[in-house]
Amino acid sequence: MSVATWSPTKAGQRYADVAEETKRQLFEEVKSDPRYPDFLYGCYECGICVSACPSARFYDFSPRVIAQALAREDIDRFYEILMEDIWNCAQCFSCVRCPRGNNPGGLVTLMREVAVRHGLEQAQQALQGYSRVIYKIMLKGNQVSPDMLQPDFFPDWGPWVREFSRNMSAWRKAIPVDTLRNVTDAAWRTDEKTLRELYTIWLETGNMEVIREVDEGLYELLVEIMEEELEAAS
Amino acid sequence: MSEKLIPLAELRERKAQPVRPNPEEAPRPDLREELFELEARGELIVQRVPEPYVEVTTKFGRTKKVPIDHLWHHKSCGQCGHIPGYTTSILWLNRQFGIDYVDPTDQTSCTGWNYYASATSNAVAQLLVMCRNFAAAYETGYYPLIHCGTSYGHYKELREQLVHHKELRDQVRRVLDKLGKPLVVPEEIVHYSEWVHVMRHRIAERQVVDMRNITACVHPACHYYKIVAEDAIYDPDIYGGQRTATVTALLQALGINVADYSTWFDCCGFGFRHILVQRDFTRSFAVLRKIEVMKDEANPDMTVTHDTGCVTTLDKSQFAAKAHQRRVGVPVLADSQVAALAMGAHPFRVLQLHWHSTDWRPLLEKLGIDWQRHWAEFEEDLAAIERGEKPGLTWEDAEQPILTR
Repeated sequence: MSVATWSPTKAGQRYADVAEETKRQLFEEVKSDPRYPDFLYGCYECGICVSACPSARFYDFSPRVIAQALAREDIDRFYEILMEDIWNCAQCFSCVRCPRGNNPGGLVTLMREVAVRHGLEQAQQALQGYSRVIYKIMLKGNQVSPDMLQPDFFPDWGPWVREFSRNMSAWRKAIPVDTLRNVTDAAWRTDEKTLRELYTIWLETGNMEVIREVDEGLYELLVEIMEEELEAAS
Repeated sequence: MSEKLIPLAELRERKAQPVRPNPEEAPRPDLREELFELEARGELIVQRVPEPYVEVTTKFGRTKKVPIDHLWHHKSCGQCGHIPGYTTSILWLNRQFGIDYVDPTDQTSCTGWNYYASATSNAVAQLLVMCRNFAAAYETGYYPLIHCGTSYGHYKELREQLVHHKELRDQVRRVLDKLGKPLVVPEEIVHYSEWVHVMRHRIAERQVVDMRNITACVHPACHYYKIVAEDAIYDPDIYGGQRTATVTALLQALGINVADYSTWFDCCGFGFRHILVQRDFTRSFAVLRKIEVMKDEANPDMTVTHDTGCVTTLDKSQFAAKAHQRRVGVPVLADSQVAALAMGAHPFRVLQLHWHSTDWRPLLEKLGIDWQRHWAEFEEDLAAIERGEKPGLTWEDAEQPILTR
């Protein structure tokens, strides 16, 4: 099956109202990433990537179609993938067993970066409920912390989450590792200087501008805290 | 479901034909040589693996040095945050063997979980987070040992980008200069499970818990051996050299029966973003493609893995599935926890099993460990902390094994 006939409902025409120039510009942005040539070499259409892909089992998602659409520079199909598919990828990189050397998971990462940079609505939807994680990673340098183990956030993890939460203070004191003991708002105790260096990295690399596209209020809060910290230290 | 999967007989047939790769025929160049060339041109510093180290073979037959001592523990935010017994077990093992190590506070996570989940970053920022941590390790004179599978995979991929793209190196150097840090890349990027792997015979020599009646399934972590695959340890004597040897070789050294199952290559379902905000996918995949297949094909006493996300996903996803009468109930441990348990580590002071969700009690009972007694000891610790008699547990409280030879 070719890309065009792979799914009759995805024939590359569902975003006919979007200007060709817009689609082309977004595609060129993905293609211009220095990592792009390392992630895409062509496609044998063998489907090995699909057979290994967890998301292909549960979603209408195909790493093969992504590699093909990009290799053929089919910008209509590219745009559909950008708008509908990329957030389904599990980023496990099982697809890199590709005999052609492709990295469809890496291509998805590049497309996600572009989707976020442009503040696309689909990116914002995919990251709904995720702001507290961004807050933690940007300020503490940790993705998760013990105090995030709350029953309302993980109700499907069973009654133990309530136990974790209820006993958090005592249980965290009962960890013999010096850097973990009695720390609940981060995964471990981190030097203030280390965090200031991290803030410098975020600010110097344009990372905070990316956050602004996802959540402007969060961006303003984070930048204010970071700049205050850096100013106080200087 | 199992009828549609690869038959076990076929898996066994493949394993019976060992793969002995010739490094001269490796499909990709040795990145370490390129690193040394960059160092010779004055572009960066390569931190050498300190002695003593053990040489192991990797996927393409090349040799990799795994340091034994002088370790800088690059901790994992998911482990330290939600499964602290994972980290505690790694450090407890280090202490049992008298390893000289640094548990740094000058360390951030790799931030890779966020990057793979949300893409709210960029290549230069990710490279700088890595290089800042590597510089911090270098400044101490200790060698980085990466605890998280995602950090390990992410750093390997970033290292490749750093080596191959001068424009990225220039951007990274500009900010590192501002931070007053050198651009340092370790000679080898080493995962803690590789340290456990090379220490497995020494661990087995000090084993006090007999594990020969235990059957385990192994879940190899995707970001350990799929991202930049050539750095992972392979051994012709383990799975015929067709799968990574880490974890499995340890379990075999401890006398555990490692049982095969046909979906070993599948990921756990973590998904990075999914585990936090779209867990219907994570739960379904973890249960239908991993836990139930293990149950049906091997009925293990436990499943053992070597990464943050895998332990979290496989452990936490079973509760909701149990409510739907799915075939679940397999306790999930990290290899470091199994190794520590084998050497007599306390199940709560060290393994911190009370942070796990799937019932681990039947496993401990089968191992002949009186968990009620040890839980009572731990509750005494908690009561002493509550009474203000001590600020918390220390290594002095946790060091002593519960059994001696």
